[in-house]
Amino acid sequence: MYLRPATLAQAVQWLSESPAQILAGGTDFFPALGEAPARGPVLDVSAIREIKNISIEAEFIRIGGGVTWTELIAATLPRGFDALKCAAREVGSVQIQNRATVAGNLCNASPAADGVPPLLALDAVVELASAEGSRRMALEDFILGNRKTARRRGEILAGVLIPRRWQDASSSFLKLGARRYLVISIVMTAVSILQDAAGRVADARVAVGSCSAKALRLHTLERVLIGRPAQPGLGSAVSAEHVAVLSPIDDVRSTAAYRDDASLTLVRRAIEDCVRDGRA
Amino acid sequence: MTQTFTIPAEAQVSVAFRVNGRGVAVRTSPLRRLSRVLREDLGLTGTKVGCDAGDCGACTVLVNGEPACSCLIAAAQVADCEITTVEGLATRAPLFGALQESFLSHGAAQCGACTPGMLVAATALLERNSSPTETQVMDALGGVLCRCTGYRKIIAAVLEARSIAPCVSPILAGTAVGQRLTRIDGPGKVNGAELFGADEIPAGALAVRAIRSPHHRARFQFGDLPSFLASHAGIDAVFTAKDIPGKNCYGVIPPFADQPVFAEGETRHRGEAVAAIVGAPEFVEAFDETDFPITWEKLPPLLTMDAALAPDAPLIHASREGNILVRGRVLRGDVGRGLRESAVTAEGEFETGFIEHAYIEPEAGFARRVEDQIEVQACTQSPYMDRADLAKILGIPLESVRIIPTAVGGGFGAKLDLSVQPFVALAAWHLRKPVSMVYSRHESIMCTTKRHPARIRGRAGATREGKLLALDFAADFNTGAYSSWGPTVAARVPVHASGPYYVPHYRALTRAVHTNIVPAGAFRGFGVPQMAVAQEQLYDELAAQLGIDPLEFRIINALDDATPTVTGQILGEGTGIRACFESLRAKWQAARADAAAFNANSNGPLRRGVGVAGMWYGCGNTSLSNPSTVRVGIKRDGRISLHQGAVDIGQGSNTIITQICADALDAPMDRFDLLSGDTKISPDCGKTSASRQTFVTGRAAHMAATELRRAILRHANAREAARIRFDAGGITIDDCGKSRTLSLAGLPLDAHGYVFTGEATFDPPTSPLDENGQGIPYAVFGFGAHMAEIELDVELGAVRVLRIVAAHDVGRAINPTLVEGQIEGGAAQGLGLALMEEFSPGKGENLHDYLIPTIGDMPPVDVILIEDPSPVGPFGAKGVGEQSTIPTAPAILNAIYHAAGVRIRKVPATPDRIRAAILAACGGKVSPGDARA
Repeated sequence: MYLRPATLAQAVQWLSESPAQILAGGTDFFPALGEAPARGPVLDVSAIREIKNISIEAEFIRIGGGVTWTELIAATLPRGFDALKCAAREVGSVQIQNRATVAGNLCNASPAADGVPPLLALDAVVELASAEGSRRMALEDFILGNRKTARRRGEILAGVLIPRRWQDASSSFLKLGARRYLVISIVMTAVSILQDAAGRVADARVAVGSCSAKALRLHTLERVLIGRPAQPGLGSAVSAEHVAVLSPIDDVRSTAAYRDDASLTLVRRAIEDCVRDGRA
Repeated sequence: MTQTFTIPAEAQVSVAFRVNGRGVAVRTSPLRRLSRVLREDLGLTGTKVGCDAGDCGACTVLVNGEPACSCLIAAAQVADCEITTVEGLATRAPLFGALQESFLSHGAAQCGACTPGMLVAATALLERNSSPTETQVMDALGGVLCRCTGYRKIIAAVLEARSIAPCVSPILAGTAVGQRLTRIDGPGKVNGAELFGADEIPAGALAVRAIRSPHHRARFQFGDLPSFLASHAGIDAVFTAKDIPGKNCYGVIPPFADQPVFAEGETRHRGEAVAAIVGAPEFVEAFDETDFPITWEKLPPLLTMDAALAPDAPLIHASREGNILVRGRVLRGDVGRGLRESAVTAEGEFETGFIEHAYIEPEAGFARRVEDQIEVQACTQSPYMDRADLAKILGIPLESVRIIPTAVGGGFGAKLDLSVQPFVALAAWHLRKPVSMVYSRHESIMCTTKRHPARIRGRAGATREGKLLALDFAADFNTGAYSSWGPTVAARVPVHASGPYYVPHYRALTRAVHTNIVPAGAFRGFGVPQMAVAQEQLYDELAAQLGIDPLEFRIINALDDATPTVTGQILGEGTGIRACFESLRAKWQAARADAAAFNANSNGPLRRGVGVAGMWYGCGNTSLSNPSTVRVGIKRDGRISLHQGAVDIGQGSNTIITQICADALDAPMDRFDLLSGDTKISPDCGKTSASRQTFVTGRAAHMAATELRRAILRHANAREAARIRFDAGGITIDDCGKSRTLSLAGLPLDAHGYVFTGEATFDPPTSPLDENGQGIPYAVFGFGAHMAEIELDVELGAVRVLRIVAAHDVGRAINPTLVEGQIEGGAAQGLGLALMEEFSPGKGENLHDYLIPTIGDMPPVDVILIEDPSPVGPFGAKGVGEQSTIPTAPAILNAIYHAAGVRIRKVPATPDRIRAAILAACGGKVSPGDARA
């Protein structure tokens, strides 16, 4: 079966009755087919308008699951989203950004998904809709591993919620690849830093992608940063043990040893970027 | 209101949308890719399919004004949308007309396979932003890959689209050579009309699909094929080795031919075909290969040269002892003595990876049987070689095979070998119906030839004064499972390994080694780019040891017209290598000073470096005959037919050969009608490879024009010195102050159907090489030198190339725009070789794991054209196609050394390798390679 409903209610109703692959922007769906034509039941969520908005709510800024990276880049958002927008510009190419959705990037759960580190660095929560209602969980818990998520059969990732606490954070995103465009990263990192009235780090989020089965937050480092002056030199707080939680592998793009080394450099730089010229 | 659907996924649905301003309704399965709907249902073949994965952007269209890859859009998703393809851009006048004109005048379209995607993406940009910056152009076009141009002319074409003045000045007779004429075949490349291998498949053609080995080496057995066929509706036939009427064996070099169409009993590489199924396209595409009745028994493969060269290694071909396909050697002087007498020596072991051609057009074509003849229309670089192999495979006379080459969406050497041709020919021969085959990107990467990976050991020596004394060079090339062009690589490299320098004591030994890997074949330079990575770095080390500026070291040693090469050839006139180096001197000195100043002031991780490398490369086959025959005829209406059999794979031979012929005939360019390399129509101009078409076919065109001139003058009873004018009324002959106009309409036609015909064959004069490789391998060499400026992030090992300066002695630039296009495109492939390209067999058979440079990776290229005419080439011209790729990689590697003091001997120099070298050399502390700079 192929279903392209206009409402989320229709979509989850159908999904509750017949498990199906979900198609949105198609940028992961079609490459995965290889040369074969599509088979099996497909739920096409691309016509569901209610998941295509960005809205500001009391506690959260909501990014609809069907929002494309281009729409996200074009949206007026507070500066805490700068890193996320920067990542959005690094997703594939303009052609891909015009079609690929935020929810698709998260549900595809590639270890190198460009959207994941900046969303982790914003403490993002995902909202999963199903015929039974909806539930929320931290993005950090939602992605379980390489191409694995906690999404249940019957659920659609309807939206991503960013706690407003992070909306004015200073943020940075750095992606290292072997070429300029259309590149899967070797290492990438996103950092968000909040500072207190005294100019010290009040809270921080640091996430690294492409260096583990899923992008990881560096919790120890985040704690170490708290209380330090939010000014140039903050990056020197990072040490090799902070990135030891990562478990990179050798693959066609790079070596594990290099990823260990480069992730340290990139995290330091992203932190420095956040506090440059009193940005924080 | 967006159209919604609830239907069985396999069912057909009617989707209504607008294409290029016109409402259409298409019945299709809802999940069919939009690219296929456009091409197959709506006939809009201007939209190209390069990867079906969003990795290349060739299929870019506008969806409601926004660029998107049409291969990633489900047909049902465009319900109620407005789609614009390249064919529809014409409605966006005047912007689009100006953009097309700009692409043509800048030479921004070479093969043309990426051009529709580029034009669509650029239109979307320019409609929003009428004066974009260079960065904005790159961001907008970053999703479209180009393998030919090196992107810089595309950037310029977009930046200057609104300021371009259409080139309307007529070209006077006799003045075409040296002019920046737009490509003769250009209009079709910028309006979507050009027909490539997959673009003219007849309606109702069957499709063939190869069943390929999933293992590097395997034994296999078929199950019950007749009952398989009987139980699979829609599959009309299965073919295996048993169905080949002639010989199940082909190869580009007949004495080494060893490749089967279908393996028998055992496969020698992953992707090797064992059978093919044929049927209606929808069944063939949907066929699940696990349904095919075959059992595989995996056998231990030889995946590396070390494994293949081990004394107890099994033989991949029983007749090739030690798994060595062929050896090459050139000896001169006494290399041992030369090294002993050297004041300084440098040595090292170097390694280069598998490189994929990655042209944007995957292999495609179709065949049909016309009585007892077979016609194959496909993308190819070598129609006559295809004809010979197909005649052998089908067991029919040569004359019974007709090859119709289509426009070729990039070749670079891999489309010299057969790909789809034997499958479509065999199926059409047996079934007597048209049969087509279009390789997927996966299939194209998995089973077509690659650049040979090389392992090179070299030791070079020089005197205290900086004179090269000796080079001892040995290289092994991984040639894969079949011979392909392995013998050519093994023969060419020892002739070139000295570089364009005088080296009195020399030994160069090569081996082509078989492994259980996809065959390595021809790729722009036949092993010489790999060789230059080693040789040019070794010479750089000698210069550093001697404290001599690297550029001056090369100038000291550059060949001139009187010094012998390593094969004992005295090159004579047209040896422009010193001029190439000297043309770099001012820029070199400024760039080295800038880099030193930058590094002195850099507290951060960035270091700059400037490197140089030289190159020479023989045009045409190595000591082997490689003639071209050109025919040119006058029709009764006074127009001139040029049988130009040199396949234009984007490099521009259609235009360049016509320019040469026009000037040799003193006729205006617009008088010519071009006939293609169709083997039924045009004589053999050989293969488009070895940088031979401008030189060899160009010379043949010049000679044919001279013959034609003679025929006309003979008829008119005029003297040799008479002038022939091709004017509106026909042909007028001015002789001894008298004019006479020939009445062509009344003249009889000759056997070729012309009033007058000139036909000539040119085969470059060479001599065989003796057992020590001494002799005259080539009649003409091209020369060049590149300088690369780079910025290196020493903490990450990441390199950004800031600028390339490329000086080439091309003898005579027949068309400077096209020559620059070859140089910039060659430099881009050299940059890829240096920094990012490496194919791992069995892994990453796609264009997101296999990386080629994008528009953001190519720096500006300053081209310096040196014209030191060759006495042999037409109007003095030499080849430049391969020459341009050779010096880029070593120049970049030498720049890395200059920046950080590390030698990268294994390419590509990816960030991890550079960083590892920095850590190993200096524990992360960086000292520039040349402290004095």
